[in-house]
Amino acid sequence: MTDAPVLQIRNLSKAFGPVKALSGVELELRRGEVHALCGENGAGKSTLMNMIGGVLHPDEGEILIDGRPVTIASPAMAQKLGIALVHQEIALCQDATVAENICMAAINARRAPLMNYSEVYAQAEKAMNQLAPIPVRTKVADLSISSQQLVEIAKALTLDCKVLILDEPTAALTETEAQRLFSIVRGLKARGISVIYISHRMAEIFSLCDRVTVFRDGRYVATETIASTSPDDVVRKMVGREITQLYPDKLPVDAVSGRTLLSVKGLSDGSRFANVDLDLKAGEILGIGGLIGAGRSEIAQTICGLRQASTGSVALDGKPLTIRSYADAVQAGLVYLSEDRKGSGVFLDLSIAANVSALDLGKLTGRFGLLDRRAEADQAASLAKRLGVRMAGIDAPVSTLSGGNQQKVAIAKQLSVSPKVIIMDEPTRGIDVGAKVEIHRLLRDLANQGVGILVISSELPELIGLCDRVLVVREGAIAGELGAGELDEEAIIMLASGVQPAPAHQGQVNHVA
Amino acid sequence: MHADIKATGPSRSSFARLASMREAGLIVIILALCIAMSFASPHFLTWGNFRAMLMSFSIEGIVVVGMTILLIVGGIDLSVGSVVCFSMVVSGALFLMGLDPWTASLIGIAVSALIGAVMGFFVTVVGLNHFITSLAAMVIVRGLCLVITKGTPLSLFTLPPGFKAIGQGSFQGIPYVIIIFVVVVTIFDFLLRRATAFRKVFYTGSNEKAAQFSGIKTNQVKFWVTVLCATLSGVAGVIYMARFGAATPTFGAGMELNIIAAAVIGGASLKGGSGTIFGAILGIALLSVVTSSLILLDISVYWQDMIKGCILLAAVSADHFLHAKKS
Repeated sequence: MTDAPVLQIRNLSKAFGPVKALSGVELELRRGEVHALCGENGAGKSTLMNMIGGVLHPDEGEILIDGRPVTIASPAMAQKLGIALVHQEIALCQDATVAENICMAAINARRAPLMNYSEVYAQAEKAMNQLAPIPVRTKVADLSISSQQLVEIAKALTLDCKVLILDEPTAALTETEAQRLFSIVRGLKARGISVIYISHRMAEIFSLCDRVTVFRDGRYVATETIASTSPDDVVRKMVGREITQLYPDKLPVDAVSGRTLLSVKGLSDGSRFANVDLDLKAGEILGIGGLIGAGRSEIAQTICGLRQASTGSVALDGKPLTIRSYADAVQAGLVYLSEDRKGSGVFLDLSIAANVSALDLGKLTGRFGLLDRRAEADQAASLAKRLGVRMAGIDAPVSTLSGGNQQKVAIAKQLSVSPKVIIMDEPTRGIDVGAKVEIHRLLRDLANQGVGILVISSELPELIGLCDRVLVVREGAIAGELGAGELDEEAIIMLASGVQPAPAHQGQVNHVA
Repeated sequence: MHADIKATGPSRSSFARLASMREAGLIVIILALCIAMSFASPHFLTWGNFRAMLMSFSIEGIVVVGMTILLIVGGIDLSVGSVVCFSMVVSGALFLMGLDPWTASLIGIAVSALIGAVMGFFVTVVGLNHFITSLAAMVIVRGLCLVITKGTPLSLFTLPPGFKAIGQGSFQGIPYVIIIFVVVVTIFDFLLRRATAFRKVFYTGSNEKAAQFSGIKTNQVKFWVTVLCATLSGVAGVIYMARFGAATPTFGAGMELNIIAAAVIGGASLKGGSGTIFGAILGIALLSVVTSSLILLDISVYWQDMIKGCILLAAVSADHFLHAKKS
């Protein structure tokens, strides 16, 4: 061995309370290597990256850099060791300029009492121009999500790093921006920098990376060279079983003839999206795909009155709906599950019972405006049982539950009003595979009972495996529809990114807009 | 796959235990202090002293109720001391102009509610935060008190005895002030735990976004809780007027700090979402026992604020560590 690996992870474990996020995982990163890390959401990839980046600290195991064991106590320490981490979620100071964000570490390390803005701008421009010509004096808050993502990457590039970690860097990028990023990654590799590349997109991994390591449910599964494996093989290792078993049976093709439950015509909000039409039939699960920031959540929130519509109409079960507020939508039988579970889905410090009843207190209210606590407890207990929530009891605060069980509580809240249509925004984001399967089964059961289900998801396998039909949103408009038999990752990505389909696929894609 | 559901099982008691730990702890501290004081001073363990202590925090206790509910919704009101004074001054001035004291008091309470509504407007419609809005209100309302009284106390010794009895009389040896306090506390403690309307206060304070995503009109909730807090301050102002037979334009300055301290010692979180009336009342009782003890022990009044501040810091630190351990 002439070259010790730049970074080595040995037998690393981490638990959050009772939930084991990682147990005994391994990873070896060679110099100048682009190493893909794959695993489903909840497999522990981000947890591992946060430990390498000094954000979290391992319970067990060791991290070696250039063959020497190190303790990475803080993000500043990680930077000193030559590790740069680009988070999946954008963590920029929104009120500062692009340049101030890019040079944050340098400004922090600076000893001089005054800022040297000309130097900051010059450095920032140098880093930024490698990626995209974003003016460095603009405020980050004024940039689109994809531009912000590029600023994050530029920020990491200014650090003199040996190891660059990219956590789903292309999730919010357009195809051209992604291509530019790939050429930069190849350039870094040529300079001897090692890259850990986290992505769900097999095509990217197989064109960019040298080796791939797979995690499943917080455990190490395998490391393979890209040359000796295939996308199918990697996916099989990620899910640990044939992918067809992961999702419940779909509606038989000839059975999609239920009445139209939700009909949206010409919906616009005047800023983020325009002229959206969609029809949801009883018994079907309709998926909505597209890039982050394409306007999917905004469309869903506008349908159910959480945002103001400027034009367009919504009809539920044949009856036109006048929705002034979300409470009206709930009353009519239309509910929305937020994508941001902790931020707007559940009340973490309140009990499970209080969470479940939040959507309709009216029906639990007895005489004199007092809450019927027995009815509340019964409702929570029966819904928790139906959804299989693992908990100490319905009076435990939601913060004591695992992510998957928190999500089940949020869904129980939606079910408490016996809705006709449920809109689920990223229903399985960040939850473990087991809970995910249960939630998918539940959604299919609900659909079979005649509930209309609209699922917004950024996970292509979820859209493909779960939904009967998928609408793809691009830049605030429906870019196309994919029916049963047309659903595959490539078709969705093409519609989502606006790339013209390859001639061979032309026939499969119905362009609506 | 089986969910482990025990509707009234151990978790209920363990969660309740955690919540009531604060209250149990406060009761123990108060009792310990009382026992220690009974050895230190022969005057401490007398009905007279207890009555005086109860009287001293009864009226403030009504304000504490409003403040606690406002803290639960995630707000705060720095103007309570000024509003108490304003209610007192307006009622007093109207009485001196010839209105009967009962009508004058109702108007005093109504204008207090109006101040709450104006603050609520700035918080919900304009979108300012509670801290700044109520800081401005505190100064403006205090200014109004000085304008109305031209800076000199209003002497109200002509108030009819029937009205003065609210603050000075008693029923079977129990002062009306204490009776009113107990009634207000009992009603609001019950409502806060049981009424649907108040459940929305917890939802809003715990996670405003999630509350909106549950169809709760959080701005309405915040508006009405702001009005409620100011209204209860107005009620307290009228009782003070009956008790003192005077309306001083500087009365209640600094009261807000005592009130907020009491609520926080009692377990209300400045981040919203948690707090109980019972805990807050124990908080103000503790502060009152400490004050009374310091007086009986002949310790200079100049020490009082310092010691109260230390108690606040200790209570909040204890809470912080408790929560840090939990997560």
